[in-house]
Amino acid sequence: MSASATVNASYLENLLAGQPHLPASPLAWLNALRAEAVDRVGALTVPTLRDEEWRFTDISMLTKMSFHPVRTTISLQVADIERFYIEEATTRLVFVDGVYAPQLSSAATDHGISVLNLEAGFAAHAAAIEPYLGRLTEFHNNVFAALNTAFLHDTALIVVPRDISVKVPVHLLFIATQKDVVSYPRCLILAESGSAVTVIEDYVSLQEDAYFTNAVTEIALVDNARVNHIRVQREGAKAFHIANCAVSVARASNYQSVSVAFGARISRYNLNVKLAEGAECAVDGLALISGRQLADTHTCIDHAKPQAISNQMHKCIVGGSAHAVFNGKVMVRQDAQRTDSKQSNRNLLLTSKAHVDTKPQLEIFADDVKCTHGATIGQLDDEEVFYLQSRGLSDTAARNMLTYAFGAEIIERIPISSLKYQLEQTVLEQTSAQL
Amino acid sequence: MIHQDSKVLLEVSGLCANVNGTEILKGLNLTVRSGEIHAIMGPNGSGKSTFSKILAGHSAYEVTGGTVMFEGQDLLELAPEERARAGVFLAFQYPIEIPGVGNSQFLRLTYNTVQTHRGKEELDPLEFDDFVREKMKLLEMSPDFLERSVNEGFSGGEKKRNEILQMAMLDPRLAILDETDSGLDIDALRVVAGGVNQLANKDNAIVLVTHYQRLLNYIVPDYVHVMEAGRIIKTGGKELALELESRGYDWVGVEHKAAMGAQA
Repeated sequence: MSASATVNASYLENLLAGQPHLPASPLAWLNALRAEAVDRVGALTVPTLRDEEWRFTDISMLTKMSFHPVRTTISLQVADIERFYIEEATTRLVFVDGVYAPQLSSAATDHGISVLNLEAGFAAHAAAIEPYLGRLTEFHNNVFAALNTAFLHDTALIVVPRDISVKVPVHLLFIATQKDVVSYPRCLILAESGSAVTVIEDYVSLQEDAYFTNAVTEIALVDNARVNHIRVQREGAKAFHIANCAVSVARASNYQSVSVAFGARISRYNLNVKLAEGAECAVDGLALISGRQLADTHTCIDHAKPQAISNQMHKCIVGGSAHAVFNGKVMVRQDAQRTDSKQSNRNLLLTSKAHVDTKPQLEIFADDVKCTHGATIGQLDDEEVFYLQSRGLSDTAARNMLTYAFGAEIIERIPISSLKYQLEQTVLEQTSAQL
Repeated sequence: MIHQDSKVLLEVSGLCANVNGTEILKGLNLTVRSGEIHAIMGPNGSGKSTFSKILAGHSAYEVTGGTVMFEGQDLLELAPEERARAGVFLAFQYPIEIPGVGNSQFLRLTYNTVQTHRGKEELDPLEFDDFVREKMKLLEMSPDFLERSVNEGFSGGEKKRNEILQMAMLDPRLAILDETDSGLDIDALRVVAGGVNQLANKDNAIVLVTHYQRLLNYIVPDYVHVMEAGRIIKTGGKELALELESRGYDWVGVEHKAAMGAQA
């Protein structure tokens, strides 16, 4: 065994150290799932730049630090976290360092929808969730998803029953409060046939030291369902954030996702969407980073069946000596005739040291398809700056406005006004701080 | 309206300019007094658009000679935004689109920025809304223009109306309209020209840069200048435009060369 492999193995052993203390679940299949995940962690290694999927994203810094699962949870008051609340989202689950905080949450079991911690949902939903929990995410080849699954305990569970359309958005708030802690946020969203729901998955921090968030989200849309998924990653400046999200979009269902990444020293988001016949998805993203941040977004949209539609717009605004990565794979399988797929990746570099690696990947095995994709990397357009100057705005104000606009085009797609406003303010502050 | 005793707003003498090392303007002279409407006509490539962009301060053009005085100050010394605040306005041939920024937000920011620099009061969003809606009537614009992103998805005519709306708001002393008639159907042209005519007064001046005479049926110029190869080679009254429309531009060049030859 080479020296680096030893370091690697002991790093994973270290992370796994807290796992045996997890209480056993009353569900045999869940215990088996965790055990299986522990095995996979033993068999897998932490990826390096030599792995194709990680060639632009150096996480060696993460492996040099030691993180432990939370030992004592800090008790927070509403006043500590109120500023993260989203006005419209009165149904809310709060997790503090990965641990469910019932006193801060307003779970829902009425209006037909269930929004609760996994444990509380066992009685009513065990059978419904078994086919999805730990099954949508392919943790067998993904060490971070395997680690999360090994620690599977507190989990945000949303079950929307058949033909129920929920107007009130659901807010899943994950709060980091302690340094050197690794947390394993987990979400499962099950939208039954003909149902509709909007979910905000939100990562925030109350402290600025290093910690590690390793999250997994699984979303299943049964036929004719609609899920709006808004993901906000606003972790602390020294945080590591690695997340995997797997979405299964069944026949004629519609998955709309907007994910924004502002925070973390190093972040990686893997989003895998599988489309069945006539399914539709819009997968939009914005990474706004500066300083020495690294934000990596890997998406895979899998057109498995005919006549599905996918639209993707991913943007990065990169300042300082930050580094953004986008890898967008669109897979059109042999069976997926009459696929309609559009992908666009636009990157704005604000400084000469800012860096972007973009890799759009189209793999088409069907012959009757309409697929377009494109990627651009550039600075602000001089003609656009001149236009605004000619209206009296200073060079700085003009650049701020154009940078803001570049990001706002994605933020605008969020269907919740107060969150949209909040994030627009963040973009405005960050872009004016950088110019 | 020509009044010989009205004050000189713009005095351009011997203006020479390069873009990417190619000489585009080769000694351009032009005097514009308040109250006047000038039309600058000429074939493609004669330097008309370059001239308008230089007046607005575009950094891609390098001025290599000559002077431009605006109300007694050296215009070439000013940054583009300072020119705008001082009262120079350029209506763009191709206004840019800014997806993600609401038109009303944009208009209010530019208006308030310019107002502040002119030592005047800013308007709050409600006051501005009343103000801009009043100006929009001038151009027969529907209020939903304010809700949309700046120029995004606007038709050619809508973009030009939005330009003239900005002119109406910013109340410039010198407005340069670069090919404002291009891409307009006849109805839009009538509305846009009507707006410009209402904005023209004895204290401001308008320079129309156009390839075609059509616009001049609606906005009647006091002077028509013909540009060729980076210079103004002929100046006349409004009837010159009609002559250009029927005879083309070639004869002006020929006449000019003959006159130059005769002088030599």
